[in-house]
Amino acid sequence: MPVPSRRPFRAAARDTVGVGVALVPLGVAFGLLVVDAGLAWWWAPLFSVFIYAGSLEFLAIGLVVALTPLAQIALATVLVNFRHVFYALSFPLHAVRGRAARTYSMYALTDEAYALAHHIPPEERTTARILWMQVFCQSYWVLGGILGAALGEVLPSIPSGMGFALTALFVVLAIDAHRVTKDVPSPLMALACALVALLVAPGQMLVVAMLLYLGALTVRYRIAVRRRHRSHLDPPGEPDPGTTDEEAEHA
Amino acid sequence: MPSTGYLLAALTTILVVTFALRALPFAVLEPLRASTFMTFLARYMPVGVMVVLVVYTLKDVSLTSGWRGFPEAVALLVTVAVHLWRRNALLSIVVGTALYVLLVNTVLA
Repeated sequence: MPVPSRRPFRAAARDTVGVGVALVPLGVAFGLLVVDAGLAWWWAPLFSVFIYAGSLEFLAIGLVVALTPLAQIALATVLVNFRHVFYALSFPLHAVRGRAARTYSMYALTDEAYALAHHIPPEERTTARILWMQVFCQSYWVLGGILGAALGEVLPSIPSGMGFALTALFVVLAIDAHRVTKDVPSPLMALACALVALLVAPGQMLVVAMLLYLGALTVRYRIAVRRRHRSHLDPPGEPDPGTTDEEAEHA
Repeated sequence: MPSTGYLLAALTTILVVTFALRALPFAVLEPLRASTFMTFLARYMPVGVMVVLVVYTLKDVSLTSGWRGFPEAVALLVTVAVHLWRRNALLSIVVGTALYVLLVNTVLA
């Protein structure tokens, strides 16, 4: 095999050091929770291969232990991982050649992989560089999980309250997401939806709350579109958001 | 305890749905790009989903018995404070969780 001028394996290792520092300890926490939930240690790597979507993996432990119906699990997956739909818009998949390579690249398109792909200079985005970057990310996560699960098996008892790591994780992700939008109503709307769902459907709280929030966002979007219509401030020639999205929905 | 069959079925369900969410948009990029509603959702969904998940993870905390959610509230506030202060996800999670574990196993046991 010819050696490329910049060795993609070593370059990818360098690309992912920072992410690894975060992913390994999180993987350890995940492995601990798997064992804490009463599952055998080897479910930790299986989860990380089958699911491979950080926050959803943590969530899935609770869902399967509660024997949640598959349809509800599918719906929760759509809602929690919905953001991934938009990664396709700017992930450099065109630089990845070969059917198997492209399939893996799409399968392993996590938040971290998406973010890191943009850190690779465009001229260095080769199949090997991007794939190694994604393999490294998944390896950190899988190895961390095995480490945590092994630790859980060895420890005489896991201190109670470790599950709070999940709450803390979502709090951190919520704050980071808020930093992007800087929008106050959306988290408040979501909080209201969650509390309503907790009152009316405690058993299906997760899915009900997310559907309520989706509905609330849809209403908010409609109102914004109508306002823009009324104000007649649209620059001429710009596509009407109302009709554009109708067309997309029916496409 | 869930059976191996159920666990594998659940994992496969999540695998298929997640892969579809990640892969299908590459096939139908143009309508997505054109849809202002989709970009609106992309912008405002994540923060709300995370808030819902926070509440979901705390849904079994009793406000009428025991410590009435006191250790959860303290650990939650500290996690938020540390994250606003240092902006380091790992640090915030470790500090918040360690404090919570400490509270429920010692002072508020």
